[in-house]
Amino acid sequence: MSEPFFSQLKCRECGALYPKKAIHVCEYDFGPLEADYDYGKIRAAISRGKIQSRPLTMWRYRELLPIDGEPTVGLKVGFTPLVKADRLAEALGVSELYVKNDAVNYPTLSFKDRVVAVALSRARELGFKIVACASTGNLANSVAANAAAAGLESYVLIPYDLERSKVLNSLVYGTRVIGIEGAYDQVNRLCSEIAGKHGWGFVNVNLRPYYAEGSKTMGFEIIEQLGWEIPAHTVIPMASGSLLTKINKAYREAVKVGLVSESKFGIYGAQAAGCNPIAAAQKAGTDLIRPVPKPDTIAKSLAIGTPADGYYAVNVMRNTGGAAEDATDSEIIDAIKLLAETEGIFTETAGGVTLACAQKLIVSGKIPRDERIVICITGNGLKTAEALDGHLPPPARIKPSLREFDALIAK
Amino acid sequence: MAIEVSIPTPLRGLTGNQDTVSAGGADIGALIDDLEKNYPGIKARLVDEAGNLRRFVNIYVNGEDVRFLQDKATKLSADDEVSIVPAIAGG
Ligand SMILES: Cc1ncc(COP(=O)(O)O)c(C=O)c1O
Ligand SMILES: [Zn+2]
Repeated sequence: MSEPFFSQLKCRECGALYPKKAIHVCEYDFGPLEADYDYGKIRAAISRGKIQSRPLTMWRYRELLPIDGEPTVGLKVGFTPLVKADRLAEALGVSELYVKNDAVNYPTLSFKDRVVAVALSRARELGFKIVACASTGNLANSVAANAAAAGLESYVLIPYDLERSKVLNSLVYGTRVIGIEGAYDQVNRLCSEIAGKHGWGFVNVNLRPYYAEGSKTMGFEIIEQLGWEIPAHTVIPMASGSLLTKINKAYREAVKVGLVSESKFGIYGAQAAGCNPIAAAQKAGTDLIRPVPKPDTIAKSLAIGTPADGYYAVNVMRNTGGAAEDATDSEIIDAIKLLAETEGIFTETAGGVTLACAQKLIVSGKIPRDERIVICITGNGLKTAEALDGHLPPPARIKPSLREFDALIAK
Repeated sequence: MAIEVSIPTPLRGLTGNQDTVSAGGADIGALIDDLEKNYPGIKARLVDEAGNLRRFVNIYVNGEDVRFLQDKATKLSADDEVSIVPAIAGG
Protein backbone atom coordinates (compact mmCIF):
# COMPACT_ATOMS: atom_id res chain seq x y z
CA MET A 1 0.00 0.00 0.00
CA SER A 2 1.28 3.48 -0.66
CA GLU A 3 1.21 5.61 2.43
CA PRO A 4 -0.07 9.15 2.08
CA PHE A 5 0.35 10.32 5.68
CA PHE A 6 4.09 10.42 6.35
CA SER A 7 5.60 12.69 3.78
CA GLN A 8 9.23 13.56 4.53
CA LEU A 9 11.84 14.50 7.09
CA LYS A 10 12.19 18.07 8.26
CA CYS A 11 14.99 19.90 10.08
CA ARG A 12 13.84 21.04 13.51
CA GLU A 13 16.08 24.08 13.28
CA CYS A 14 15.72 25.53 9.78
CA GLY A 15 12.74 23.59 8.43
CA ALA A 16 14.64 22.25 5.41
CA LEU A 17 12.96 19.18 3.93
CA TYR A 18 14.70 15.89 3.26
CA PRO A 19 13.67 12.59 1.68
CA LYS A 20 12.71 9.86 4.15
CA LYS A 21 15.98 7.94 4.09
CA ALA A 22 18.44 6.80 6.77
CA ILE A 23 19.59 10.33 7.59
CA HIS A 24 19.23 12.23 10.82
CA VAL A 25 20.94 15.61 10.71
CA CYS A 26 20.47 18.67 8.53
CA GLU A 27 23.37 19.09 6.12
CA TYR A 28 23.21 22.82 6.54
CA ASP A 29 23.02 23.53 10.27
CA PHE A 30 23.38 20.05 11.86
CA GLY A 31 19.90 20.28 13.38
CA PRO A 32 18.04 17.01 14.02
CA LEU A 33 15.59 15.76 11.39
CA GLU A 34 12.08 14.86 12.40
CA ALA A 35 9.23 13.02 10.66
CA ASP A 36 6.77 15.36 8.99
CA TYR A 37 3.16 14.37 8.31
CA ASP A 38 0.22 15.58 6.34
CA TYR A 39 -2.05 16.23 9.33
CA GLY A 40 -4.96 17.31 7.14
CA LYS A 41 -5.05 13.90 5.52
CA ILE A 42 -4.63 12.13 8.85
CA ARG A 43 -7.43 14.13 10.39
CA ALA A 44 -9.74 13.07 7.56
CA ALA A 45 -8.69 9.42 7.83
CA ILE A 46 -8.49 8.77 11.57
CA SER A 47 -11.17 8.49 14.24
CA ARG A 48 -11.59 7.15 17.77
CA GLY A 49 -13.85 4.42 16.42
CA LYS A 50 -11.35 3.33 13.82
CA ILE A 51 -8.55 3.18 16.38
CA GLN A 52 -10.73 1.29 18.86
CA SER A 53 -11.58 -1.32 16.23
CA ARG A 54 -7.92 -2.28 15.90
CA PRO A 55 -5.80 -4.74 17.92
CA LEU A 56 -4.56 -3.56 21.32
CA THR A 57 -1.01 -2.63 20.29
CA MET A 58 0.89 0.58 19.62
CA TRP A 59 0.19 0.15 15.91
CA ARG A 60 -3.43 1.22 16.38
CA TYR A 61 -2.05 4.76 15.90
CA ARG A 62 -0.50 3.69 12.62
CA GLU A 63 -1.36 6.89 10.71
CA LEU A 64 0.87 8.89 13.05
CA LEU A 65 3.93 6.65 12.71
CA PRO A 66 6.69 7.12 10.11
CA ILE A 67 6.67 4.00 7.97
CA ASP A 68 5.39 3.52 4.44
CA GLY A 69 3.74 0.11 4.44
CA GLU A 70 2.39 -2.19 7.10
CA PRO A 71 4.62 -2.69 10.16
CA THR A 72 6.72 -5.85 10.03
CA VAL A 73 8.60 -5.77 13.34
CA GLY A 74 7.21 -5.53 16.86
CA LEU A 75 3.61 -6.21 15.92
CA LYS A 76 2.59 -6.98 19.50
CA VAL A 77 4.30 -4.05 21.21
CA GLY A 78 2.49 -1.59 23.41
CA PHE A 79 -0.94 -0.99 24.89
CA THR A 80 0.46 -1.59 28.34
CA PRO A 81 -1.76 -1.10 31.40
CA LEU A 82 -2.66 2.34 32.69
CA VAL A 83 -3.16 1.53 36.35
CA LYS A 84 -5.30 3.71 38.57
CA ALA A 85 -2.93 3.91 41.51
CA ASP A 86 -5.17 4.65 44.49
CA ARG A 87 -2.88 3.30 47.17
CA LEU A 88 0.08 5.22 45.80
CA ALA A 89 -2.12 8.31 45.47
CA GLU A 90 -2.94 8.04 49.14
CA ALA A 91 0.72 7.67 50.05
CA LEU A 92 1.58 10.77 48.03
CA GLY A 93 -1.46 12.74 49.22
CA VAL A 94 -2.94 13.33 45.78
CA SER A 95 -6.46 12.77 44.55
CA GLU A 96 -6.06 11.09 41.16
CA LEU A 97 -2.97 9.22 40.06
CA TYR A 98 -2.21 6.74 37.28
CA VAL A 99 0.82 4.63 36.50
CA LYS A 100 1.49 3.96 32.82
CA ASN A 101 3.20 0.61 33.20
CA ASP A 102 5.73 -0.04 30.44
CA ALA A 103 7.62 -2.27 32.88
CA VAL A 104 5.49 -4.96 31.25
CA ASN A 105 5.87 -3.87 27.65
CA TYR A 106 6.29 -6.70 25.15
CA PRO A 107 8.73 -8.28 24.47
CA THR A 108 11.62 -6.82 26.53
CA LEU A 109 9.92 -5.06 29.43
CA SER A 110 10.66 -1.41 28.70
CA PHE A 111 9.23 1.43 26.64
CA LYS A 112 12.11 0.94 24.21
CA ASP A 113 10.14 -1.80 22.45
CA ARG A 114 8.01 1.02 21.06
CA VAL A 115 10.88 2.89 19.44
CA VAL A 116 12.49 -0.30 18.17
CA ALA A 117 9.27 -1.54 16.56
CA VAL A 118 9.19 1.61 14.45
CA ALA A 119 12.94 1.80 13.78
CA LEU A 120 13.25 -1.82 12.66
CA SER A 121 10.08 -1.75 10.58
CA ARG A 122 11.55 1.29 8.84
CA ALA A 123 15.02 -0.32 8.63
CA ARG A 124 13.47 -3.16 6.64
CA GLU A 125 11.68 -0.76 4.33
CA LEU A 126 15.01 0.93 3.69
CA GLY A 127 16.66 -2.42 2.96
CA PHE A 128 19.01 -2.78 5.94
CA LYS A 129 20.18 -6.31 6.78
CA ILE A 130 22.28 -5.29 9.79
CA VAL A 131 20.91 -3.14 12.59
CA ALA A 132 22.64 -1.73 15.64
CA CYS A 133 22.35 0.75 18.48
CA ALA A 134 24.18 2.70 21.16
CA SER A 135 22.41 1.92 24.40
CA THR A 136 22.30 2.35 28.15
CA GLY A 137 20.80 -1.15 28.31
CA ASN A 138 17.11 -1.27 27.55
CA LEU A 139 17.44 -0.25 23.93
CA ALA A 140 20.07 -2.94 23.42
CA ASN A 141 17.70 -5.55 24.90
CA SER A 142 14.94 -4.50 22.58
CA VAL A 143 17.06 -4.27 19.42
CA ALA A 144 18.50 -7.71 20.20
CA ALA A 145 15.11 -9.36 20.72
CA ASN A 146 13.21 -7.69 17.93
CA ALA A 147 16.04 -8.12 15.43
CA ALA A 148 16.23 -11.81 16.33
CA ALA A 149 12.51 -12.23 15.76
CA ALA A 150 12.75 -10.37 12.47
CA GLY A 151 15.75 -12.37 11.26
CA LEU A 152 18.00 -9.31 11.14
CA GLU A 153 21.64 -9.40 12.15
CA SER A 154 22.36 -7.03 15.06
CA TYR A 155 25.12 -5.37 17.04
CA VAL A 156 24.52 -3.58 20.32
CA LEU A 157 27.07 -1.24 21.88
CA ILE A 158 26.80 -0.46 25.57
CA PRO A 159 28.95 0.95 28.38
CA TYR A 160 30.82 -2.15 29.61
CA ASP A 161 29.70 -1.75 33.24
CA LEU A 162 25.91 -2.08 32.96
CA GLU A 163 23.80 -4.23 35.27
CA ARG A 164 24.26 -7.97 34.86
CA SER A 165 20.67 -8.63 33.82
CA LYS A 166 20.71 -5.88 31.23
CA VAL A 167 23.75 -7.44 29.60
CA LEU A 168 22.36 -10.98 29.85
CA ASN A 169 19.09 -9.83 28.36
CA SER A 170 20.92 -8.77 25.21
CA LEU A 171 23.27 -11.76 25.00
CA VAL A 172 20.54 -14.37 25.12
CA TYR A 173 19.12 -13.32 21.74
CA GLY A 174 22.36 -14.09 19.94
CA THR A 175 23.15 -10.48 19.13
CA ARG A 176 26.75 -9.23 19.10
CA VAL A 177 27.11 -7.35 22.39
CA ILE A 178 30.06 -4.97 22.56
CA GLY A 179 30.95 -3.36 25.88
CA ILE A 180 32.75 -0.06 25.48
CA GLU A 181 35.19 1.15 28.11
CA GLY A 182 33.62 4.51 28.61
CA ALA A 183 30.40 6.32 29.44
CA TYR A 184 27.38 6.36 27.15
CA ASP A 185 28.46 9.51 25.32
CA GLN A 186 31.60 7.76 24.18
CA VAL A 187 29.57 4.76 23.04
CA ASN A 188 27.34 7.10 21.10
CA ARG A 189 30.24 8.93 19.50
CA LEU A 190 31.76 5.65 18.37
CA CYS A 191 28.40 4.55 16.97
CA SER A 192 28.09 7.64 14.82
CA GLU A 193 31.52 6.90 13.40
CA ILE A 194 30.57 3.27 12.74
CA ALA A 195 27.25 4.29 11.17
CA GLY A 196 29.14 6.55 8.77
CA LYS A 197 31.65 3.87 7.88
CA HIS A 198 29.71 0.60 7.77
CA GLY A 199 26.32 1.69 6.52
CA TRP A 200 24.36 -0.23 9.13
CA GLY A 201 20.98 0.84 10.39
CA PHE A 202 21.67 2.37 13.79
CA VAL A 203 18.25 2.72 15.36
CA ASN A 204 19.17 5.78 17.42
CA VAL A 205 21.69 7.34 15.05
CA ASN A 206 20.85 7.29 11.34
CA LEU A 207 17.36 5.87 11.98
CA ARG A 208 16.70 8.23 14.90
CA PRO A 209 13.94 10.25 13.15
CA TYR A 210 11.91 7.02 12.87
CA TYR A 211 12.94 5.55 16.22
CA ALA A 212 12.00 8.67 18.16
CA GLU A 213 8.44 8.74 16.82
CA GLY A 214 7.73 5.36 18.42
CA SER A 215 7.72 7.05 21.84
CA LYS A 216 4.61 8.99 20.87
CA THR A 217 2.54 5.84 21.24
CA MET A 218 3.01 5.95 25.01
CA GLY A 219 1.27 9.34 24.91
CA PHE A 220 -1.51 8.22 22.57
CA GLU A 221 -2.23 5.23 24.80
CA ILE A 222 -2.42 7.38 27.93
CA ILE A 223 -4.96 9.62 26.23
CA GLU A 224 -7.08 6.73 24.98
CA GLN A 225 -6.90 4.86 28.29
CA LEU A 226 -8.10 7.96 30.13
CA GLY A 227 -11.21 7.92 27.94
CA TRP A 228 -9.76 10.31 25.35
CA GLU A 229 -8.50 13.01 27.64
CA ILE A 230 -5.07 14.54 28.06
CA PRO A 231 -3.91 14.28 31.69
CA ALA A 232 -3.26 17.58 33.44
CA HIS A 233 0.21 16.46 34.60
CA THR A 234 2.57 13.83 33.18
CA VAL A 235 5.88 12.89 34.79
CA ILE A 236 8.46 11.37 32.44
CA PRO A 237 12.03 10.10 32.91
CA MET A 238 14.72 11.72 30.75
CA ALA A 239 17.95 10.34 29.37
CA SER A 240 18.38 11.99 25.96
CA GLY A 241 15.06 13.76 26.55
CA SER A 242 13.45 12.18 23.51
CA LEU A 243 10.59 10.35 25.25
CA LEU A 244 9.53 13.53 27.02
CA THR A 245 9.44 15.61 23.85
CA LYS A 246 7.54 12.86 22.03
CA ILE A 247 4.84 12.46 24.66
CA ASN A 248 4.33 16.19 24.37
CA LYS A 249 4.15 15.80 20.60
CA ALA A 250 1.61 12.98 20.94
CA TYR A 251 -0.66 15.14 23.09
CA ARG A 252 -0.47 17.95 20.54
CA GLU A 253 -1.00 15.70 17.56
CA ALA A 254 -4.02 14.05 19.18
CA VAL A 255 -5.59 17.51 19.33
CA LYS A 256 -4.46 18.41 15.83
CA VAL A 257 -6.04 15.35 14.21
CA GLY A 258 -9.26 15.69 16.17
CA LEU A 259 -8.98 12.77 18.62
CA VAL A 260 -9.27 14.92 21.75
CA SER A 261 -10.28 18.45 22.55
CA GLU A 262 -7.62 20.87 23.59
CA SER A 263 -6.86 21.15 27.30
CA LYS A 264 -4.05 22.54 29.38
CA PHE A 265 -1.36 20.04 30.33
CA GLY A 266 2.00 20.15 32.09
CA ILE A 267 4.99 17.99 31.16
CA TYR A 268 7.49 17.20 33.95
CA GLY A 269 10.93 15.66 33.52
CA ALA A 270 12.78 13.37 35.92
CA GLN A 271 16.51 12.66 36.12
CA ALA A 272 18.97 11.18 38.57
CA ALA A 273 20.92 13.68 40.67
CA GLY A 274 24.11 11.98 39.50
CA CYS A 275 23.32 12.77 35.87
CA ASN A 276 20.96 15.71 35.66
CA PRO A 277 22.01 17.94 32.75
CA ILE A 278 18.44 18.61 31.60
CA ALA A 279 16.93 19.01 35.07
CA ALA A 280 19.76 21.33 36.13
CA ALA A 281 19.22 23.55 33.08
CA GLN A 282 15.47 23.65 33.65
CA LYS A 283 15.93 24.57 37.30
CA ALA A 284 18.45 27.28 36.41
CA GLY A 285 15.99 28.76 33.92
CA THR A 286 18.20 28.23 30.89
CA ASP A 287 18.02 25.98 27.86
CA LEU A 288 21.78 25.77 27.63
CA ILE A 289 22.63 22.20 28.58
CA ARG A 290 25.89 21.76 30.45
CA PRO A 291 27.16 18.23 29.77
CA VAL A 292 27.82 15.85 32.68
CA PRO A 293 31.14 14.25 31.75
CA LYS A 294 31.09 11.48 34.38
CA PRO A 295 27.58 10.37 35.31
CA ASP A 296 27.37 8.72 38.72
CA THR A 297 24.01 7.16 39.55
CA ILE A 298 22.38 3.78 40.02
CA ALA A 299 19.94 4.83 37.29
CA LYS A 300 22.32 3.73 34.55
CA SER A 301 19.61 3.62 31.91
CA LEU A 302 19.22 7.39 32.28
CA ALA A 303 22.94 8.19 32.42
CA ILE A 304 23.38 10.28 29.30
CA GLY A 305 25.68 13.22 30.01
CA THR A 306 25.16 15.01 26.69
CA PRO A 307 21.46 14.64 25.98
CA ALA A 308 20.63 15.09 22.30
CA ASP A 309 17.14 16.44 22.96
CA GLY A 310 17.94 18.35 26.14
CA TYR A 311 17.28 21.74 24.60
CA TYR A 312 13.91 20.67 23.25
CA ALA A 313 12.97 18.93 26.52
CA VAL A 314 13.64 22.07 28.57
CA ASN A 315 11.50 24.06 26.18
CA VAL A 316 8.63 21.58 26.35
CA MET A 317 8.64 21.84 30.15
CA ARG A 318 8.77 25.61 30.01
CA ASN A 319 6.06 25.97 27.37
CA THR A 320 3.65 23.64 29.16
CA GLY A 321 4.20 25.11 32.61
CA GLY A 322 5.94 21.94 33.73
CA ALA A 323 9.18 21.52 35.66
CA ALA A 324 12.05 19.12 36.26
CA GLU A 325 13.41 17.35 39.32
CA ASP A 326 16.27 15.02 40.11
CA ALA A 327 16.59 12.21 42.64
CA THR A 328 19.48 10.80 44.65
CA ASP A 329 20.30 7.10 44.78
CA SER A 330 18.61 6.63 48.14
CA GLU A 331 15.49 8.47 46.97
CA ILE A 332 15.44 6.19 43.92
CA ILE A 333 15.58 3.05 46.09
CA ASP A 334 12.85 4.33 48.41
CA ALA A 335 10.63 5.09 45.43
CA ILE A 336 11.17 1.64 43.90
CA LYS A 337 10.03 0.12 47.21
CA LEU A 338 7.10 2.50 47.54
CA LEU A 339 5.76 1.64 44.09
CA ALA A 340 6.17 -2.07 44.77
CA GLU A 341 4.52 -1.92 48.19
CA THR A 342 1.59 0.25 47.18
CA GLU A 343 0.83 -0.93 43.65
CA GLY A 344 2.59 -4.26 43.25
CA ILE A 345 4.71 -2.88 40.40
CA PHE A 346 8.43 -3.57 40.40
CA THR A 347 10.24 -0.96 38.35
CA GLU A 348 13.87 -0.52 37.48
CA THR A 349 15.96 2.37 38.76
CA ALA A 350 14.63 4.71 36.04
CA GLY A 351 11.12 4.18 37.42
CA GLY A 352 12.44 4.95 40.89
CA VAL A 353 13.75 8.22 39.48
CA THR A 354 10.37 9.04 37.97
CA LEU A 355 8.37 8.34 41.11
CA ALA A 356 10.88 10.04 43.42
CA CYS A 357 10.82 13.15 41.24
CA ALA A 358 7.01 13.10 41.05
CA GLN A 359 6.95 13.02 44.82
CA LYS A 360 9.27 16.02 45.05
CA LEU A 361 7.25 17.96 42.49
CA ILE A 362 4.10 17.30 44.51
CA VAL A 363 5.71 18.28 47.81
CA SER A 364 7.08 21.50 46.33
CA GLY A 365 3.62 22.35 44.97
CA LYS A 366 4.73 22.35 41.35
CA ILE A 367 2.23 19.57 40.71
CA PRO A 368 -1.08 20.32 42.45
CA ARG A 369 -2.56 17.58 44.63
CA ASP A 370 -6.10 17.82 43.29
CA GLU A 371 -5.54 17.31 39.57
CA ARG A 372 -5.04 14.23 37.43
CA ILE A 373 -1.43 12.97 37.38
CA VAL A 374 0.14 10.24 35.23
CA ILE A 375 3.60 8.89 35.95
CA CYS A 376 5.41 7.01 33.21
CA ILE A 377 7.09 3.85 34.47
CA THR A 378 9.35 2.84 31.62
CA GLY A 379 11.34 -0.22 32.71
CA ASN A 380 11.27 -3.42 34.76
CA GLY A 381 12.81 -3.96 38.19
CA LEU A 382 14.17 -7.41 37.44
CA LYS A 383 16.66 -5.83 35.06
CA THR A 384 18.32 -3.74 37.76
CA ALA A 385 17.92 -6.14 40.68
CA GLU A 386 21.39 -5.49 42.07
CA ALA A 387 20.47 -1.88 42.81
CA LEU A 388 18.45 -3.29 45.71
CA ASP A 389 21.31 -5.36 47.13
CA GLY A 390 21.47 -4.64 50.85
CA HIS A 391 18.25 -2.62 50.77
CA LEU A 392 15.81 -5.45 51.45
CA PRO A 393 15.80 -7.84 54.42
CA PRO A 394 16.90 -11.34 53.50
CA PRO A 395 14.12 -13.94 53.48
CA ALA A 396 13.61 -15.85 56.74
CA ARG A 397 14.90 -19.40 56.67
CA ILE A 398 13.51 -22.19 58.82
CA LYS A 399 13.24 -25.96 58.93
CA PRO A 400 10.04 -27.46 57.47
CA SER A 401 8.53 -27.44 60.94
CA LEU A 402 5.25 -25.95 62.12
CA ARG A 403 6.79 -25.09 65.48
CA GLU A 404 9.57 -23.08 63.83
CA PHE A 405 7.02 -21.39 61.61
CA ASP A 406 4.80 -20.39 64.51
CA ALA A 407 7.80 -19.12 66.44
CA LEU A 408 8.82 -17.07 63.44
CA ILE A 409 5.51 -15.33 62.86
CA ALA A 410 5.03 -14.71 66.58
CA LYS A 411 8.12 -12.45 66.50
CA MET B 1 48.05 36.10 14.83
CA ALA B 2 47.49 32.66 13.40
CA ILE B 3 45.37 30.16 15.27
CA GLU B 4 44.92 26.54 14.27
CA VAL B 5 41.28 25.69 13.69
CA SER B 6 40.15 22.13 13.15
CA ILE B 7 37.34 21.69 10.65
CA PRO B 8 34.80 18.83 10.84
CA THR B 9 34.19 16.58 7.84
CA PRO B 10 30.85 18.14 6.80
CA LEU B 11 32.50 21.57 6.43
CA ARG B 12 35.63 20.48 4.62
CA GLY B 13 33.94 21.05 1.27
CA LEU B 14 34.34 24.73 2.09
CA THR B 15 38.00 24.52 3.09
CA GLY B 16 39.32 22.66 0.08
CA ASN B 17 39.24 19.44 2.12
CA GLN B 18 41.69 20.72 4.72
CA ASP B 19 41.02 19.36 8.20
CA THR B 20 42.86 22.20 9.87
CA VAL B 21 43.22 25.75 8.66
CA SER B 22 44.74 28.78 10.24
CA ALA B 23 42.80 31.93 10.94
CA GLY B 24 43.18 35.08 12.99
CA GLY B 25 41.07 37.10 15.38
CA ALA B 26 41.04 38.55 18.87
CA ASP B 27 37.93 36.56 19.76
CA ILE B 28 35.72 33.82 18.35
CA GLY B 29 33.47 36.28 16.50
CA ALA B 30 36.47 37.82 14.74
CA LEU B 31 37.88 34.39 14.01
CA ILE B 32 34.64 33.36 12.29
CA ASP B 33 34.73 36.54 10.18
CA ASP B 34 38.30 35.78 9.21
CA LEU B 35 37.39 32.21 8.26
CA GLU B 36 34.60 33.59 6.09
CA LYS B 37 37.09 35.76 4.19
CA ASN B 38 39.16 32.76 3.16
CA TYR B 39 36.38 30.17 2.99
CA PRO B 40 33.24 31.96 1.84
CA GLY B 41 30.03 30.32 3.05
CA ILE B 42 31.45 28.91 6.26
CA LYS B 43 30.07 31.65 8.51
CA ALA B 44 26.46 30.90 7.65
CA ARG B 45 27.02 27.30 8.66
CA LEU B 46 28.29 28.34 12.08
CA VAL B 47 26.03 31.21 13.06
CA ASP B 48 22.38 31.99 12.37
CA GLU B 49 20.86 35.11 10.78
CA ALA B 50 20.96 36.91 14.12
CA GLY B 51 24.66 36.16 14.44
CA ASN B 52 24.28 33.60 17.24
CA LEU B 53 26.25 30.39 17.24
CA ARG B 54 24.02 27.67 15.81
CA ARG B 55 22.55 25.36 18.43
CA PHE B 56 24.04 22.16 17.03
CA VAL B 57 27.48 23.57 16.32
CA ASN B 58 30.03 23.45 19.11
CA ILE B 59 33.21 25.49 19.14
CA TYR B 60 35.88 24.50 21.62
CA VAL B 61 38.83 26.60 22.71
CA ASN B 62 41.46 24.34 24.26
CA GLY B 63 38.76 21.76 24.83
CA GLU B 64 36.28 24.14 26.51
CA ASP B 65 32.91 24.77 24.91
CA VAL B 66 32.73 28.54 24.19
CA ARG B 67 29.10 28.52 25.34
CA PHE B 68 30.45 28.12 28.85
CA LEU B 69 33.15 30.76 28.27
CA GLN B 70 32.19 34.10 26.71
CA ASP B 71 30.54 32.62 23.62
CA LYS B 72 31.46 34.63 20.52
CA ALA B 73 33.31 37.14 22.70
CA THR B 74 35.67 34.43 24.01
CA LYS B 75 39.17 35.91 23.72
CA LEU B 76 41.84 34.09 21.76
CA SER B 77 45.61 34.09 21.85
CA ALA B 78 48.10 32.69 19.39
CA ASP B 79 48.68 29.31 21.00
CA ASP B 80 45.00 28.49 21.51
CA GLU B 81 43.56 25.45 19.79
CA VAL B 82 40.14 25.95 18.30
CA SER B 83 37.94 23.11 17.09
CA ILE B 84 34.58 23.18 15.40
CA VAL B 85 32.51 20.09 16.14
CA PRO B 86 28.90 19.44 15.19
CA ALA B 87 26.85 18.11 18.12
CA ILE B 88 26.69 14.33 18.13
CA ALA B 89 23.09 13.42 17.49
CA GLY B 90 21.66 10.22 18.81
CA GLY B 91 21.26 8.51 22.14
C1 LIG C 1 13.90 2.73 31.31
C2 LIG C 1 14.16 3.98 30.55
N1 LIG C 1 13.37 5.03 30.76
C3 LIG C 1 13.56 6.19 30.12
C4 LIG C 1 14.59 6.38 29.22
C5 LIG C 1 14.76 7.73 28.61
O1 LIG C 1 14.79 7.77 27.24
P1 LIG C 1 15.08 9.08 26.38
O2 LIG C 1 16.46 8.91 25.85
O3 LIG C 1 14.04 9.02 25.31
O4 LIG C 1 14.97 10.30 27.25
C6 LIG C 1 15.44 5.30 28.96
C7 LIG C 1 16.55 5.44 28.00
O5 LIG C 1 17.39 4.63 27.80
C8 LIG C 1 15.23 4.07 29.64
O6 LIG C 1 16.01 3.00 29.44
ZN1 LIG D 1 18.53 22.68 9.22
